[in-house]
Amino acid sequence: MHEFSIMQSALNQAMREARLAGAARVHQIRLRIGVLSGVVPDALQFAFEALTPGTSAEGAVLAIEEVPARFWCAACRKEFVSANLYAECPDCGAPSGELRAGREMELSSMEVDHV
Amino acid sequence: MCEDCGCGLSAGIPVTLSAHSHSAPGEHEHGHRGHEHGHEHGHDHSHTHDHPHSHPSSGPGSEERQTLELRHAILEKNDLLAERNRGFFRARGLLVINVLSSPGSGKTTLIGETIRRLGKRLKTAVIVGDLATDNDARRLRESGAPVIQITTGTICHLEADMVARAVKQLDLTGLGLLVIENVGNLVCPASFDLGEDLRVVLLSVTDGEDKPLKYPPMFHLANAVVISKLDLAGPCDFHRAAATANIRHIAPRARLFELSSKTGAGLDDWCDYLVKEHEAVKHRDPLGA
Repeated sequence: MHEFSIMQSALNQAMREARLAGAARVHQIRLRIGVLSGVVPDALQFAFEALTPGTSAEGAVLAIEEVPARFWCAACRKEFVSANLYAECPDCGAPSGELRAGREMELSSMEVDHV
Repeated sequence: MCEDCGCGLSAGIPVTLSAHSHSAPGEHEHGHRGHEHGHEHGHDHSHTHDHPHSHPSSGPGSEERQTLELRHAILEKNDLLAERNRGFFRARGLLVINVLSSPGSGKTTLIGETIRRLGKRLKTAVIVGDLATDNDARRLRESGAPVIQITTGTICHLEADMVARAVKQLDLTGLGLLVIENVGNLVCPASFDLGEDLRVVLLSVTDGEDKPLKYPPMFHLANAVVISKLDLAGPCDFHRAAATANIRHIAPRARLFELSSKTGAGLDDWCDYLVKEHEAVKHRDPLGA
């Protein structure tokens, strides 16, 4: 359960950016979380609710975009999205050595007061 | 949710080790604009824009709000420290492996047996992480290798800065292999790059065949998967074919080892693999790929 420290890091970054922008309040924070990042969105949500009271992000909305696992099949020369997280090409069965998306853990954007 | 985890306190991590903080020499800002580059290890290192750009939000009631586009990697700090560790290790020709598994899968026993068998072929040191006690360090010291115990307190994984601090306590002279035994946990350590060359994930026959399917982030990143406690396969009704098929689904490129630290079966192959990997590391240009 490392989502607390990850949420805290994201909040620290977000608050710093809000300060730099001169905004007093954060209204929304958007994250992109890959399905292979090892982070559970529900646990992030829980951490967000526990960590934001008393901060400039109190009452803000946490929006999490889940990024599916996307592999590259070198044999078929195309990408495939893997719902079951298998790294094998669904068409030819070749193992993929290249994950192109799915490990993101990103603070993508945020909404703050317009200054 | 585990509130005990205390992971929210990452700024003042209650890790027992030296009390000084890291001065981060050579730490540098990545200034890539608008692109990402991925490393073989760890996370997608998406780098930040130099400046966030903002635009007024659209929609009802939004005239007083603005959107800041950020694209910050949340674990950027750990990723940078891990890369610094990697550079430090490479400059010394050290092979570094991060050993991961659920608690009780046989990490400590395998590491102890590996050290004994490698002997003078590959001088080894160990950094071992646990929430509490130095029992594993004491067990491992019986092998004669230098061992540093990191007691993480409530933290469920090792982070790059803990490893950097632990390494400072080690005499690296003549060392060929550094084994980092992570906290027994198949979830959290998957997210934290430590600067290792290889991630080794253990699956003991007592764990069950479907662990790779249940914990894909951990197994996906494995360079090697070790099926351990092979001597117990019979009593556990372990289905070898099912286990290897599951490993192949999630980590098709990983090297697969099947061994028993107790009987010694399969340990020679495993040790040969480490020696070969060390040869590759030793001859690698530290500034190259």
